[in-house]
Amino acid sequence: MKRRDFCKKSLLLAGGLVLPLSALELFNPARLLAERSVPGDSRWIFLVDTHKCTGCGFCVKACKLENEVPYDANVTRTWVERYVVTKDGNTHIDSPKGARDGFLTAQIDNNHAGMKTIPEDEISKAFFVPKLCNQCDNPPCVQVCPVGATYQTADGVSLVDRKWCIGCGYCIMGCPYGVRFFHPVHHVAEKCNFCYHRITQGLKSACVDACPFGARMIGNLRDPNDPVTQVIMTQRVNVLKEEYGTKPQVFYLGLTREVK
Amino acid sequence: MKNHVWRPLLVALGLVAFILLLRVILVPDDFGIHDRGYMYGWYRSSNVQEWKNVTVKYHGSKGCQECHEENYQEVIASPHADIQCENCHGPRGEHPDNPEKLSIDRDRALCLRCHQHLPYPESARGKLPAIEGDKHHAGEVCVSCHNPHDPTQEVK
Repeated sequence: MKRRDFCKKSLLLAGGLVLPLSALELFNPARLLAERSVPGDSRWIFLVDTHKCTGCGFCVKACKLENEVPYDANVTRTWVERYVVTKDGNTHIDSPKGARDGFLTAQIDNNHAGMKTIPEDEISKAFFVPKLCNQCDNPPCVQVCPVGATYQTADGVSLVDRKWCIGCGYCIMGCPYGVRFFHPVHHVAEKCNFCYHRITQGLKSACVDACPFGARMIGNLRDPNDPVTQVIMTQRVNVLKEEYGTKPQVFYLGLTREVK
Repeated sequence: MKNHVWRPLLVALGLVAFILLLRVILVPDDFGIHDRGYMYGWYRSSNVQEWKNVTVKYHGSKGCQECHEENYQEVIASPHADIQCENCHGPRGEHPDNPEKLSIDRDRALCLRCHQHLPYPESARGKLPAIEGDKHHAGEVCVSCHNPHDPTQEVK
């Protein structure tokens, strides 16, 4: 083959390849710069008052039943952690079954290492911290999904498309807060979504309704008169692992440095 | 160009065209870039509605009041006023159609969620009335003496 023929034919080939690709629009750079300021009048946020939590675990029970997370499987969308700080400066943390049944003993459950008894006079402080999905403004779990199965809605909640998820587990590894897990029945990634089916029809999340002590509250950041927004604007609130830059939207009252 | 060059090339091209065609058929129309841009908003938009369609199971105590007015009034006048009916009786769901009767959890462990003594006087738990679960009438169900709807009253 002459060089002229070769050039002609390769150009033809390249041209033929390019045409159907652009016609199918695999990738449109203009749309990648889609406006960040999202329309709509809600941005769901959450407020946890750790001063009020007694570790009863009714929130965990309600969450599992409301969201059909198998009750006896050791996975849960929300859980309560117990922190016992002793006078020697150590922090003992446990959450047996995610505190589904509350905390029925003063012993710390160290899983395979057994139960640890802490003498009463060595405790300097002890408290409970409920955890759930932070519905981050910059959700790392969403960025790592290779198939577009997990995403953030316009009102700020990260959801998982069960039909789309391939179960690769990147998002479970990517979440700095460890809120994601594999659903034992559906075999896809599972996470707290603030009870999206409830909040979008005017109800509160199941855990919020179940809490007898008012330790959990859900609110709308776009509504300046919302009680949760009021607290966040006027009081000293904190978020978990701010240094990760995920911009978590679950705010805490009464965090201390021991809380991870 | 010779046949042995064209043939595999055509096969490769055909394969690419087939895969692209398959993609057009299999990927639903609503899959694409939505509100939050490519990084956070690349998804199948009908999935949002699927999540909204999840059945609500916990309906709150207000709904119980319609049929169980007497019990409701008793609870809200008691120190247990803030405890939702469904915390102890289970989620209402379709009740009273299905199930006709809700199961009642009379287990000690249910009461001990709040009333087991834990040595944390500074936490909210320390402010609740508490017992040593394994010593205080161990083995008995709490409701045989204490009325859960109004703990200030003893069971007659």
